[in-house]
Amino acid sequence: MRSFIQEIRSRVTGIPIQAWVLGFLVAAAIERLVGDTIAVPLGLGTVPRLFGVRHMVKSPLLIPNTIVYLLVIYFVPISVMAWLTRPLIKRLPSRLSMPLLLVALYGAIHVWGGLDEYRILVLQFIFISILLTVSLNLVNGYMGEFSCASGGFMAVGAYVASVLTVWGFVHDDVFGPPVLPPALGPFAFPIALIVGGLGSALAALLVAIPSFRTRGDYLAVISLAVTFIVKSTFENLEVIGGPRGFMNQPRWASLPVVFVWTLVGVWMMRNYVSSILGKGATGIRDDETAAEVMTVNTRRIKVVTFMLSAFWTGIAGGLFAHVMGYINPATFGIMKTAECFAMLYMGGLNSITGSIVGAVFYQFMAEALRPLGIVKWMTIPVIVFAFMLRRPWGLISFREFGFLRKEVGRAPASD
Amino acid sequence: MTLTGFFRYFASALQWGSFYALIAIGYSMVYGVLMLYNFAHGDIFMAGSYIGLFLCGALLAISAGGLISMPAWLILILTIVGAMIGTSIVGVLVERLAYKPLRNAPRASAAVTGMMLGLLMETANLWGLGAERRNFPSLIETTVYNIGGVSITNTKIMVVGVALAVMYILHLFVHRTKVGLAMRGCAYDFPIVPLMGVPMDFIASATFVLGSSAAAIAGVLFCISYPVLEPYMGMLIGWKAFIAAILGGRGSIIGAVFGGYLLGFIEIFVAAIFPSTLRDLIAYSIALLILTFRPLGFFGEPYSAQLRL
Repeated sequence: MRSFIQEIRSRVTGIPIQAWVLGFLVAAAIERLVGDTIAVPLGLGTVPRLFGVRHMVKSPLLIPNTIVYLLVIYFVPISVMAWLTRPLIKRLPSRLSMPLLLVALYGAIHVWGGLDEYRILVLQFIFISILLTVSLNLVNGYMGEFSCASGGFMAVGAYVASVLTVWGFVHDDVFGPPVLPPALGPFAFPIALIVGGLGSALAALLVAIPSFRTRGDYLAVISLAVTFIVKSTFENLEVIGGPRGFMNQPRWASLPVVFVWTLVGVWMMRNYVSSILGKGATGIRDDETAAEVMTVNTRRIKVVTFMLSAFWTGIAGGLFAHVMGYINPATFGIMKTAECFAMLYMGGLNSITGSIVGAVFYQFMAEALRPLGIVKWMTIPVIVFAFMLRRPWGLISFREFGFLRKEVGRAPASD
Repeated sequence: MTLTGFFRYFASALQWGSFYALIAIGYSMVYGVLMLYNFAHGDIFMAGSYIGLFLCGALLAISAGGLISMPAWLILILTIVGAMIGTSIVGVLVERLAYKPLRNAPRASAAVTGMMLGLLMETANLWGLGAERRNFPSLIETTVYNIGGVSITNTKIMVVGVALAVMYILHLFVHRTKVGLAMRGCAYDFPIVPLMGVPMDFIASATFVLGSSAAAIAGVLFCISYPVLEPYMGMLIGWKAFIAAILGGRGSIIGAVFGGYLLGFIEIFVAAIFPSTLRDLIAYSIALLILTFRPLGFFGEPYSAQLRL
């Protein structure tokens, strides 16, 4: 048995990620084409929307049928495609491998999500969570602080971006008729998001400046207080709806938009953690005093890391607002922060890969278990709990998959 | 604000400060001994209230059924003692399930398991008992004393008195007994103390028993003063008490008491002077300012310990 598993492992680990994604693309295409014809005879009704997890949760009798469906639609095409394309991808010049991955990834989610609105919504949430988790990882993982302010920063980004877009492009009771021509919308949306992110980065100064003198538990409370302050501020601003919330945001955060923003964010933060500043942040985590002795400018690094992290959290908030079309202060409370923690620590600290895995896994689980109703909130803690007990350091920590690794520190070859 | 108004708010602040202080003690003790945040502590407080509610209901039913007739004060004492025992069991279970397996893991992971266990407790309560608010039976009749124009209810006096007594007993326990000595040893040097033959598991459990008992007392007292229970009551008060514990200084019992009363005073007086919707905003801004200028809280000791990450 063990040798069998090892055999499988050795075959699987050699396959580059591009091949898997291509396989998934093909599988999604097959599902779009023949999904219904396979699902109906199996008694599943229509194509299962989230890999059949909902079917399995709702009626356990359908589990074998769902597994058959998954094998036929996903497992076989993915493995065959991965196996077939592996030699081709290995021969590909390395500068083409990243574009290929991105194109294949977008193609895959486009085809897979194209089936219905719900899948698109799930994908949007997954990407937003990836941004949230990776940006939290900058502070809590790479810099070793314990910031509980994700919810607060997200709220700042969401509200600032929403106010800008609603003021500019929507007929609103408070802000009056739109002041900008609708044709500018696609150009103004990124600007609104960035302004939201900058607002969030400014709010991060509230946490960053106290962090010069303290860390750990006290900083946790400072960030917690910032979350409460932000939430309470928005609750008291009657102009933007107060506790009732703020609505009518244009739904501009479509799947490609969210995808591109996530990509840019992850790319930027990946580069940051392997930059000199990022290495300084790791130095602060390991030993702040020693880092300072080694001429690391800890204050500058703290400010930059906190602000960068909050910036992307704010962007995630802005995207969230324009996916939902409605936000209220209660959305961004302690629960949001707890979710971010679950995604981050389950996925693994100090690893962009880990954060992505954690975010995808958690969000997918949260959506798939939705038919359970309130029991969902008993199941999710138990699952996260089991993972944490089994792997206290998270699923993937302190290492990266190849495609996210950045080659650094290689001196140019001297001739 | 008139003088009588001031004293009325003062009494409320003392009462709320007592709740915060009793819960903050639990955070602080666990922190001091095990160096971790017990993020499930707010829900332990919630469990204490519910255990108190059911126990009190049962005792009242027994008493009314004529089986054994008990006076109200006896029921109250039995309720508090029973809630302490029940909540201690919950607390020790939380420690054994969520924290003990992760004692050598990153502290943040333990924080996440604690948080998840807390969420599980809240949802289990919501699922098992329903979302409706429950009323705590009134055990003691409210008498209003009028002292120089300031009216103070007997519940307020009782809450503050019991809270202060409990704090004093805890202080004595930590400073006069052998277990307390071991606890202080752990707070002083966590890795060395087990090497000296101190049973770490027992000390950890004892810490949770003490913290949970304090939370149970806070829970029953809270229910007597504000007789409405709901599943999410632990979350809000728990997080506030956590802030109070850190304001006072990490891992210090006196600090936790001080922080609890400080938070109580800030909240009540802010609500008295400003519109009540601004209460959280101003209260937390003050907390933020305090921590900005006193980064170690009021009674915290400077430390060089790193996060165990």
